[in-house]
Amino acid sequence: MLGTGLLQGLAVTARNLVGSFHDPRRFVTTQYPEERTALPEAYRNFPFLVCDGADDPMGTLRCVACQICEKECPPQCIYIEKSRDKKPDANGKMQLYPAVFDIDISVCMSCQICVEVCPFDAIEMDQVFELSATDRFTGLMLDRGALAKPNSYFHRIHPTQAAEVDARLAVERAAAERKAQAAAAKAAPRPAPAAAEQPPAAPAA
Amino acid sequence: MSVSDNPPLESPAGPLVRSVRDDFHGDLLEVSMGPHHPSTHGVFRMVVTLDGETIAKLKPVFGYLHRNHEKIGENTSYLGSMPYTDRLDYLCSMTNNWAYALAVERLSGQAVPERAEYLRIILAELTRLLNHTCLAGFLLQDSGASGTPLMYAFREREKILDLFEALSGSRMMCNYQRFGGCRADAPPGWLDAARALAGGFGRFLDEYEELITGNEILMARTQGVGRLPAALAVSAGVTGPMLRAAGVDYDVRKVDGYGLYPRFNFRVPLGAHGDTYDRYMIRILEMRESIKILQQALRDIPDGPIMDPKARLRGFRPKQGEVYSRIEGPKGEIGFYLISDGGPNPYRYRVRPPSFINLTLLEDLCLGHTVADAVVILGSIDIVLGEVDR
Repeated sequence: MLGTGLLQGLAVTARNLVGSFHDPRRFVTTQYPEERTALPEAYRNFPFLVCDGADDPMGTLRCVACQICEKECPPQCIYIEKSRDKKPDANGKMQLYPAVFDIDISVCMSCQICVEVCPFDAIEMDQVFELSATDRFTGLMLDRGALAKPNSYFHRIHPTQAAEVDARLAVERAAAERKAQAAAAKAAPRPAPAAAEQPPAAPAA
Repeated sequence: MSVSDNPPLESPAGPLVRSVRDDFHGDLLEVSMGPHHPSTHGVFRMVVTLDGETIAKLKPVFGYLHRNHEKIGENTSYLGSMPYTDRLDYLCSMTNNWAYALAVERLSGQAVPERAEYLRIILAELTRLLNHTCLAGFLLQDSGASGTPLMYAFREREKILDLFEALSGSRMMCNYQRFGGCRADAPPGWLDAARALAGGFGRFLDEYEELITGNEILMARTQGVGRLPAALAVSAGVTGPMLRAAGVDYDVRKVDGYGLYPRFNFRVPLGAHGDTYDRYMIRILEMRESIKILQQALRDIPDGPIMDPKARLRGFRPKQGEVYSRIEGPKGEIGFYLISDGGPNPYRYRVRPPSFINLTLLEDLCLGHTVADAVVILGSIDIVLGEVDR
């Protein structure tokens, strides 16, 4: 009969309408500024720089200004200037650090390639998405001060990934310490008398 | 079916332009639809020459969203093009990623672990569900059922996007596949969530079909409208659901058997009339087949690594050579043609975009129909302007 399909469709609409008042499975929307859904752990937005110490973010950046992310970034939104001097990193090795590290997040396309290519686990993806600014040229240009966030923050937003990174860094640190000890032990017996009074300075762990 | 004797292209409406100045017909009227018309699915413009309400000529104008995709691909590393492929057909980033990854893997002879292949199939079929749900919603929106069907479709799409977000970190710009596998393994509970979605999706399709498939207005608007003859479809290079709706049995999943598709048991639905209603129904039927593939894949997915240990992320330089590789995307055959000169960038990078090639037949489908029909026909072709213009 003509019109049966129409009425059948209307019945579906009516079922959905009534259902939307009492069936929680049909409450699919969120009243955004008041309510917020939890972000999945994998959610990524823009990169940030990990620092090991929360009280001295600029001094403890993991970034060594190797510029790999700058080179690999597909839309070329990262700008890095190397420092002229060196600072000891977490393993005590003297490393360069970024004197300038800017990310233009109006250009960034959140592809995560910088995170994947970074050999030092120094750059990770943030989850902050409320970043609107009134000035697109300065408000969306993040410098290293705005980008630096402590490792504890990284643990809070990406716990699994942060644990993996920490485990990897711990292995590297242990290897560095072993190497330093081996070097010390190797260096020790050769100048046998001097070694006793002047032990080689172990790098600050 | 024989297609060797290319038949002359005849429009269903006969000669393109009739004599205009007679007693009953006034001047032809040229109307520019778009590029910001909501029914053109993006920044697409149709210059329609109208004889009364009937379309006498239709000139598609596109390129408003041109972003130099292919030239950029020649100037960035192989890996750097991967996030740009997300932005081709921005509804189906997972299949775009797969098509590109497959091309580079064939170029460099890179192997892919089995779990990654299964994940890719799961994601490709989820993408097909996502795309076809969207299409079913938009097609209904275009034919005047404003709101309700589209919202039902988007409700389901959101569940798939949530899965993508939990897996890849982004709802639409997934950037998930890598040469030699996938970027991250499925988080705990993800496969169960995907199983629940695959199990429940059939129920949504039943509801959706009850809502709209038997609707007399939809039938009146779409049956017999925009008929695409099989021979014309083949000679124009149309692929995907549009070709199968015309009754041609051609699915790259079956023809090429890329990935692990030969292991899966599924059928290829075919249309009988090639009209807009067939193009709508073929998507519904394909979704039902996709659910079957999903259930098989989610049942059989093995444990193991998701990246080939030999795969290199940085400093990737495939040996000299060229490759064309294609997969069955939700919109049709999406292919990538790459020439490598041994450097870090492809020497030539070319995309075969299914929606662009399907769109070339728009005039043949629309001639003789009304403007309102042209909107429905365009909706049934299923274009995304990010892919048409690149």
